[in-house]
Amino acid sequence: MNQLFSRMPPLAAAALAALLAFVFAVVFMEQESDVAVISLLALGAVAAWGAGRVGLSRRVSAAAATRPGAVAALGGAVALGLLAVFAEDHFPLLMLSTVMLYATVALGLNVQFGYTGVVNFAGAAFFGIGAYTAAELVGRTALPPILVLPLGGLIAAVVGLVLVVPVVRTRGHYAAVVTIAFSVLFKTFLEVNDTLGGPQGLSVAPLSLFGWSFGEGPEILGISASFYLNYALAALAVLALAFVMVRRLERSWIGLSLDAVRLDETASACYGIGIRRSKILAFVVGNLVIGTAGALYGSMLGYIAPTSFTFSDSLILVAIVLLGGMGSPWGTVFAAAIVVILPEKLQAIQEYRFLLFSVVVMAILLFRPEGLLPRAVRRYMPAPKEVAR
Amino acid sequence: MMQVETALALDTLGLPITPERLLDIQGLAKSFGGVRALNDVSFSLGRGEILGLIGPNGSGKTTSFNVLTGLYRPDGGKILFDGADITGNSPQAVYRAGIARTFQRSRLCLELSIFDNIMVGNHARLNHGLMFNLFQRKAFRLEVESALAEATELAASFSPNLAAAMFEPVGALPMIERRRIEICRALISRPKLLLLDEPSAGMTHDETHQLMDDILAVRERQGGLSIIIIEHEMGVIERVSDHCVVLNYGEKIAEGSYQDIASDRLVQEAYLGSEVGR
Repeated sequence: MNQLFSRMPPLAAAALAALLAFVFAVVFMEQESDVAVISLLALGAVAAWGAGRVGLSRRVSAAAATRPGAVAALGGAVALGLLAVFAEDHFPLLMLSTVMLYATVALGLNVQFGYTGVVNFAGAAFFGIGAYTAAELVGRTALPPILVLPLGGLIAAVVGLVLVVPVVRTRGHYAAVVTIAFSVLFKTFLEVNDTLGGPQGLSVAPLSLFGWSFGEGPEILGISASFYLNYALAALAVLALAFVMVRRLERSWIGLSLDAVRLDETASACYGIGIRRSKILAFVVGNLVIGTAGALYGSMLGYIAPTSFTFSDSLILVAIVLLGGMGSPWGTVFAAAIVVILPEKLQAIQEYRFLLFSVVVMAILLFRPEGLLPRAVRRYMPAPKEVAR
Repeated sequence: MMQVETALALDTLGLPITPERLLDIQGLAKSFGGVRALNDVSFSLGRGEILGLIGPNGSGKTTSFNVLTGLYRPDGGKILFDGADITGNSPQAVYRAGIARTFQRSRLCLELSIFDNIMVGNHARLNHGLMFNLFQRKAFRLEVESALAEATELAASFSPNLAAAMFEPVGALPMIERRRIEICRALISRPKLLLLDEPSAGMTHDETHQLMDDILAVRERQGGLSIIIIEHEMGVIERVSDHCVVLNYGEKIAEGSYQDIASDRLVQEAYLGSEVGR
């Protein structure tokens, strides 16, 4: 059995895996009944196990090590393919966009506690700051989205500076408590703030780019696509950019310093690494990414309210990072897909999603603390071919 | 290369620190609550010299390393290093001045690769600019390649196994290999002073001697590295140290060559105990 794939060129194996993932995703997204969804999940789990048995997984990891750019491009192709298949349908596009934006947020959280060990239980709050920034900017100014999105990130990062002192000076549980407090305060602040819509929230005008309104579905090749396609493409662009930047950050001397700070502050200090500087950098960069995704999310929903950015949502975001594997960008994307799509598809678990995720997170921490797709050892550049034996 | 520009610090007599003296510790004091961990400790170290810092458990050896490297702020006294006053400097500044250390209990990042761990020690010589790291990937790649070549060569001088597994996680390796990596991490930045905190801890007699031979060989090649070594295994101290300082209850009780201190009555009392007391 093991011989079947062990001689396959890594990139071909990765392409095969991408194709299988694509087909699976299309079929999965089209299912309506709980029974079909659960059967498909079981099939997917068996297929993943089987891919490990026949050596396909090993070849795919080899491809990820030797040709990271090509593998990332395959991931992008799968996403584009899915958007093309569902170009006319509102709901699947909304779901896919949400997956991509949550994945982006989780990438930002990854920089913060996956690499640096700076816990942030206020992910949804910074996500919300991005969304509210978009609401205010798109409604009152004619800024193109290309500016609205990074401004959302910028404002989130600036507001995050309020927390820098307590977060950097405290460790572990204390930093967690500080961010939890911020998360709760943020929602309360929104609810009592009339200029931000109070508890009813705000409507967000659609983004527009050079006269092309994101609120209208584009006509492509005679197909009138859903307006969500605009947002889905923008979400894919944001995710791709965040993915590339986070990977570069990880595979750099800065990424190494962040890891060293997480693993041993004393040794890091004795080798010249600025502890505070590293933590601040990670916190700010993470919030920048989270806020940018939030700005797009707000514009996409068209309507935002304090209840969209609660502490529970922050917990969901943290769950994505833990589920995918701390510091693992591919794991993060995979886990975001599971966490966002599963409750939508399985009506039965919708009410119990928090309970379910809590159980899943505990199970992961107990039995597979490295996550579903564990982070690979850092390679600063593509690994030489002989590694891919 | 000598630093000419920096103003030379003055010692207690108002004289400039002579270039032969790399480190000068004067009247160092450190208390934790009511416990005087260090009390008026003074000693100095010449360039290229190896100093053995010995004493019974709890005598203040590791505390002096921690004060020296800026982890603890001294309550009194002065530390002059390479012509500059580094008393109370941050650990980062002490490292940049050219002091690298190992730890008694191995402090490696177990999840990270051998190469990563050695590169932590190379912090001062690597470009940490955000632009360089994120956007100038070609230039970054060149820096990685040269750093990898250098780290591999250094690791090879301790163990060919290490050099062959630079991208394997450290956590899977036995104690002796970890100790070697820790020393590579300290040596990669070519410090002027290396502080070894009990390199023999957790290793056999033969392993320790092998390790010391390797360190001395690298020292030979790097030229003129000074070392302070804390060690309980007196065979190691006898073999490598040029002179020794003995601490007991935070005070210096003897100083001299190994033969001198081995025959010193106070030292024998400190180690073996005495009915007379001090």
